[in-house]
Amino acid sequence: MHIIVPIKQVPQSSDVKMDPVTGTMIRSGRSSTLNPLDLYALEAAFRLTEAHGGSVTVVTMGPDSAANILKEALSMGAERAIHLTDRPFGGSDTYATSYVLSRAIEKIGSYDLVITGERATDGDTAQVGPGIAAWLDLGLVTYVSSIEEATSTHLVAERLVEEGYQRVQVALPALLTVVKEIAIPRLPTLKGKKRAMASTIERWDAEAIEADRSRIGLKGSPTRVVKIETPKVARSCTIYHADGDEATLAAVDHLIDLLEEQQLLKEVHHG
Amino acid sequence: MAEVWTIAETHNGSLKEVSFELLARGRALADELEVPLASVVLASHTREGELERLAAYGADIIYVAEDERFASFTVHSHAAVLLPLVRDHGPQIILAAATTTGRTLLPYLAVKLGCGLTADCTSLAIEEGTGNLLQIRPAIGGNIMATIKSPDHRPQMATSRPRSTPLGNMDTTRRATVIRVDPPSLSTDPVEVLGVRPFRDQQTSIEDARTVVSGGKGLKKRENFTLIEQLATALGGEVGASRDAVDRGWATYPHQVGLSGKTISPELYIAIGISGAIQHLAGIKTAKRIVVINNDDEANILDIADVAIIGDLFAIIPVLLRRLNERRKTQ
Ligand SMILES: Cc1cc2nc3c(=O)[nH]c(=O)nc-3n(C[C@H](O)[C@H](O)[C@H](O)COP(=O)(O)OP(=O)(O)OC[C@H]3O[C@@H](n4cnc5c(N)ncnc54)[C@H](O)[C@@H]3O)c2cc1C
Ligand SMILES: Nc1ncnc2c1ncn2[C@@H]1O[C@H](COP(=O)(O)O)[C@@H](O)[C@H]1O
Repeated sequence: MHIIVPIKQVPQSSDVKMDPVTGTMIRSGRSSTLNPLDLYALEAAFRLTEAHGGSVTVVTMGPDSAANILKEALSMGAERAIHLTDRPFGGSDTYATSYVLSRAIEKIGSYDLVITGERATDGDTAQVGPGIAAWLDLGLVTYVSSIEEATSTHLVAERLVEEGYQRVQVALPALLTVVKEIAIPRLPTLKGKKRAMASTIERWDAEAIEADRSRIGLKGSPTRVVKIETPKVARSCTIYHADGDEATLAAVDHLIDLLEEQQLLKEVHHG
Repeated sequence: MAEVWTIAETHNGSLKEVSFELLARGRALADELEVPLASVVLASHTREGELERLAAYGADIIYVAEDERFASFTVHSHAAVLLPLVRDHGPQIILAAATTTGRTLLPYLAVKLGCGLTADCTSLAIEEGTGNLLQIRPAIGGNIMATIKSPDHRPQMATSRPRSTPLGNMDTTRRATVIRVDPPSLSTDPVEVLGVRPFRDQQTSIEDARTVVSGGKGLKKRENFTLIEQLATALGGEVGASRDAVDRGWATYPHQVGLSGKTISPELYIAIGISGAIQHLAGIKTAKRIVVINNDDEANILDIADVAIIGDLFAIIPVLLRRLNERRKTQ
């Protein structure tokens, strides 16, 4: 079983600060990390290949520094790593990103599964996975929480949806997006780190994947960010101190009155 | 006149609430543009009166495709109906819910139709002069609000979260044109739905809940987490948890609130024994009211709270439960 896992470099969220004057994002230098939700995609892929044989290829589109997350994936057990990096890729929205990734996946070829994270913690769109499936006409199963059965032709999985867990069977090749319930991600091993150091990362540009120039980067992106604002946090917190029984009772009653006033208490049904 | 469309969602043959919320958003846009508003319904069957409700909440046109296979969602069966329908009618805007269905279907359609899509919009408006859809959404864990446009591609597509907008006024005298759509035959669907296993604890998803009561590491141990459950029940809400609480096994992952869990916008969020790490706050920035119970008067979470009780949660919650109970009895 050959599984391709697209992974993304994201800013470490705690490092993201907004400049209060200009309202722009301040990203400190070494603050990038592997999208935490992609760890689950990697783990799902490793478990499948460990159980059924095969290998995992990781691919990312991003700047030079994104090579770090490929190294990390190699040290966890990925066999091959591809770095899509080229100026014209810059400014891609999810449409253009999923196009670039789909071109790369096509070039990698002969795969049974593509597994992506549920969403990236920076953009938070969850659009790239389904987008890739659309470009490549793959069977698509999102929010996968467990994989029950896998053969060379199909897979039985559960999806976490609003009503519970939906059980589905999907024909391969297919694209899955997975949620955190799927498995506990492994850590890189020392042996893996050594292997990663010795592995080479392949670098592909727009030409290598024969990308249609009109579909990549800012020019190929249908969406435009036209304005960015820092929302004003206008909350002013009313504080009650609950020191001692009396104060606690008073605080609790204040709270209940407030909730009642704002009709936030459960409706009481008579009879 | 290019229409505004909303994609309705059904469950067991009934329309979900979010279908009507989308109409409220769509109605405002359609009025601004002076074009018809349509609701698109794909269902195994529709109950008597359901389509009339769509009309009452603002739909001028209702496209209905009924077929057994729509009893459960697969992206392929839905796209097989929607792609030709969109191509035939050329709507200028398509709105869907940011649910597991909408968030799967819309990005798939967007690529197939070659157009842009903005997820999780908190507000939508029409730009004066151009008539473009302005799509406003939180980004970077709610730290910024971005306004996004898709000026050169049609349809313009967006999703918005359930309960992120109030329902519009219902007017039962309104009538809509119902257009039946024959679902095209889909030779093979790569995905076959085998069944649904409901949640063990029968909870509604925290994303849909009006009130969410969350507990964190301050609860100290698993047994104590029942305090959170009791309070949630007393308030008619659902149980949420910080990642620390989930990692310790006090609550399951579907209850996790935050960056790597769920982003929620309830009317009331109560955070108990939660410090308010930035990753947790990312999930609750759009909550309407935030109430905190914490013994640390410098906890981060106070920055975004409306009301806080500072003190020992183990002393406070029992009193709160007792007073809520007494209040109920006297009503
Ligand atoms: C990539 C990444 C993703 C993450 N995603 C998430 C996420 O999705 N959701 C999430 O929640 N976290 C997430 N985290 C973890 C986050 O950084 C925090 O570690 C976590 O939220 C802390 O949980 P907590 O508030 O329950 O625990 P703590 O930070 O330990 O807070 C416990 C609080 O309880 C209070 N307390 C203790 N005892 C009492 C008492 N007797 N009475 C009243 N108050 C008391 C304390 O004052 C304190 O404020 C993520 C972290 C990373 C790195
Ligand atoms: N630039 C990228 N390179 C590789 N994979 C990506 C990239 N962007 C998104 N993905 C994948 O798509 C998933 C969803 O991302 P998003 O749609 O941005 O929320 C991520 O979890 C990754 O698996």
